[in-house]
Amino acid sequence: MTNIGANLPADEIQAPADGEIALEAEELHKAKRVGWIWIFVGVAIVWLFGFGSEAGVETTFNLSLESDLSITLPSRISCLAIGAIIVLLGIVQSIRPLPKRTIFTVLIVLMAVFAFLIWATRDSSFSMVGMLQSTLIRATPLALGALAGVLCERSGVVNIAIEGMMLFAAFLGSFAAAATGSLWIGFVVGVAGGAILAYGHAGLSVTYKVDQIISGTVINFFALGITSYLAAQILTKYPDLNRAGTFARIKIPVLGDIPFIGEILFDNNIYVYTAYFLLPFVTFMLFKSRWGLRVRSVGELPKAADTVGINVYRTRYISVILGGGAAGLAGSFLSLGSVGSFQQNMTAGRGFIALAAMILGRWNPMGALGAALLFGFAESLQSKLAIIGTPIPSEFLLMAPYIVTLFFVAGFGGRARPPAADGVPYEQG
Amino acid sequence: MKVELRGITKRFPGVIANEDVNLSLNSGEVLALLGENGAGKSTLMNCLYGLYRPDEGEILINDQVVDFETPGDAMVAGIGMVHQHFMLVPVFTVAENLMLGNESVSGPLGVLNLDDARKRINDLSDKYNLPVDPDALVRDLPVGVEQRAEILKALYRDADCLILDEPTAVLTPDEIAELEKVIRELADSGKSIIFITHKLGEVMRIADQIVVLRHGKVVGRTTPEDTTELGLASMMVGRDIQLVVDKPEAEPGAPMLEVRDLSVLDDRDAVAVESLDFEIRAGEILAVAGVQGNGQTELVEAITGMRPALTGSIHLDGEDITSATPRELWTRDLGHIPEDRQADGLVEPFSVADNLVLNTYNWKPFAKGILRDSPEVRSHANQLVEDFDVRTASIDTHAGTLSGGNQQKVIVAREFTHSSRLLVAAQPTRGLDVGSIQYIHGRIVAERDSGAAVLIVSSELDEVLALADRVAVMYEGRFSGVLEGDEITRTRIGLLMAGRTVDSGDSSETDTPEPPTQDPSADGNAR
Repeated sequence: MTNIGANLPADEIQAPADGEIALEAEELHKAKRVGWIWIFVGVAIVWLFGFGSEAGVETTFNLSLESDLSITLPSRISCLAIGAIIVLLGIVQSIRPLPKRTIFTVLIVLMAVFAFLIWATRDSSFSMVGMLQSTLIRATPLALGALAGVLCERSGVVNIAIEGMMLFAAFLGSFAAAATGSLWIGFVVGVAGGAILAYGHAGLSVTYKVDQIISGTVINFFALGITSYLAAQILTKYPDLNRAGTFARIKIPVLGDIPFIGEILFDNNIYVYTAYFLLPFVTFMLFKSRWGLRVRSVGELPKAADTVGINVYRTRYISVILGGGAAGLAGSFLSLGSVGSFQQNMTAGRGFIALAAMILGRWNPMGALGAALLFGFAESLQSKLAIIGTPIPSEFLLMAPYIVTLFFVAGFGGRARPPAADGVPYEQG
Repeated sequence: MKVELRGITKRFPGVIANEDVNLSLNSGEVLALLGENGAGKSTLMNCLYGLYRPDEGEILINDQVVDFETPGDAMVAGIGMVHQHFMLVPVFTVAENLMLGNESVSGPLGVLNLDDARKRINDLSDKYNLPVDPDALVRDLPVGVEQRAEILKALYRDADCLILDEPTAVLTPDEIAELEKVIRELADSGKSIIFITHKLGEVMRIADQIVVLRHGKVVGRTTPEDTTELGLASMMVGRDIQLVVDKPEAEPGAPMLEVRDLSVLDDRDAVAVESLDFEIRAGEILAVAGVQGNGQTELVEAITGMRPALTGSIHLDGEDITSATPRELWTRDLGHIPEDRQADGLVEPFSVADNLVLNTYNWKPFAKGILRDSPEVRSHANQLVEDFDVRTASIDTHAGTLSGGNQQKVIVAREFTHSSRLLVAAQPTRGLDVGSIQYIHGRIVAERDSGAAVLIVSSELDEVLALADRVAVMYEGRFSGVLEGDEITRTRIGLLMAGRTVDSGDSSETDTPEPPTQDPSADGNAR
């Protein structure tokens, strides 16, 4: 309810106050319900994983690939303990709601996943460090792709062409690296490839005001078609042009020597380090700098930006092209940072998953990184468990994060609000 | 700052928006630019503000000819615009909005210096008595405060000439009085001010000079001392006008619409209408007045089946229509002139003929089985276009290309084809010229006299005064008062719109002293 009256008599304020009390009661009710869900999760862990593990069986987690660092846990007792802690938290929450519910929720999800791992890999050993490394490797292109989406959409241009830009960049980067023999040239050409397609997207959707979904779809098909054609025509005839190789991993001195963490975080290739830098940097710039304020104003209310002398078209062009560069990084990572060559349709939908990460991350690069890590974790967990073999079909694990995204987009558990002018072409005057 | 426009002409394809317009104002002066919707006021100001470039003529600032290519150029020259639809980003803070385009930054990365902005905003707030919290999110601000921020935004850019585009359209009478005071203070501190409006009372109160535009041309220059509201109104429309609706005494019959304990949620799930109780009798017009956004829209949508009721019931002639769909309501003789004619009243890309049968296309005589009967639709359309004087090139013209007044006539024609038992009209004459207003008001009264219950929702006081048999004033989802007969006065409605309660005895003392000739509509209503 809008409060328009400039100076209300005191007794008129009655109605909104009632509303607030009602809201608080509803909030309390919701908090208690969350408590009950936690209790349920805890009991389920005790039941399924605790009593599902045979007594006396142990689980071993390897924490290093280079040394024998590992921990061994008694499966049943560990799962029972984790379940009990979650039940306890749930009881507390349902009686007197805890502050910072989100943090506890994340903590409980992590504990639940850990319990699941203990149970699923009981009586054998499991490479924790391997799984987390692969999580990071899988998350990097998703996070960079999501960064591309954030840059475009914060300026008001919907970009579903991340997939196409990534694929185009993967091809060009790989081709340039193989042709010149320099991975660095491949790196630059990959970024440029994403930016070139983005320039096309900006032209269609900003200057020609084509529906941005259509423009994005066209670019996706164009990228798929042209790369497949060129791969078939050139790369199959001259296989040498498809031997780009990969960037070597660079171990950062000191940090890289930290056991467990060092192996996961500080022994990676240039793409991962670029992502480490870009994601927080762009977040900072978007929300704290003049550039970011202008980009966001153009994505929220372009007319307001226009009337204070900000060039809406130019701002959108630049943002979309920068976004294309980020998509180029994401794409060339696949060829130059991971596989070492180009394969047809090698993005395999990662551009769209990046889009989901952008939404789940609420159009914030760091949020998108969190979402990308979640998706990456689910993927690598799935592939590890597919090898070990568990009673649960591993495909279900792969589905889980997207179900979370779906719920999120539908408005449960928080509001995902796109920029107000997202997808709306701007007409001057 | 001295601002002068000389011989400004601006053409758009097929129309001359401004023709040879001359204006001049000095610092410390308030110039009111008066005219009906579509008279060319906004176009003229957009030329001065650099959004448009005039085809002919020149703009002089302090006797120097200037040429503005963008609003940025105008801003640098000291011209600030307070737009009718506020140009503030809802999810930004006041400080972020004010500094946008004019940011104070530090370091090579251009990091925003919010402390600096806050300090400047607080200084300006103090200087011009425009209090606002720099760290508040704009979307949380009431409209009056939002407008204050918008004015500050112009001052933040060191504007010496402020253009205010219909600044009072969304304000309560109290907020309007406050704004008038602010405008006076700004003028006294040496700013020149151009005030665009079509409300005569404001012009008389605050302007130093008045320029009246009609069809893009200046048709009168005067000062409040030399004219009256009626004189201004005649200048605006170009002939002697009668702002009065020829309306015989109401002869109310049995209750037709009964609303009991009705609560409705808005789009954000906040309670917009709160346990409302009222009835309208056959042959009676109830006008719901109030500042926009106090639940009127939701009330109308609930009655017309476009929004579910949270609690309560709605009965039409004894039948429960609480959860009836718009189509069911139509078959029960409900006529509806929706608030947003482009979104809810018409399908803009459809022809006039198709829009005239939007609710009857699938019934005889406009359909034969599953097919439409085009000749029948066309002859029906031709008939209505003639009867209702819709100015359209042909019945095949897209409804979206008609002027606002003619679009509204199409809707009115469609809804009035069949006699209604209940007519709901939301802002029926918003943005229309006087001729169309008179015509539509006449049809509404005729509908009442043929026995319909009529619910009018309007934020235009003149319209409420002209049409209503009873006036209900809506404030924060409830009726803050229902007035009847002699109780219906501007002052009382104004107080109720601001959420005050009024005793019936005090109106003679608090009534704004206005000579009777200046208030023709209130006058006419009394007879």
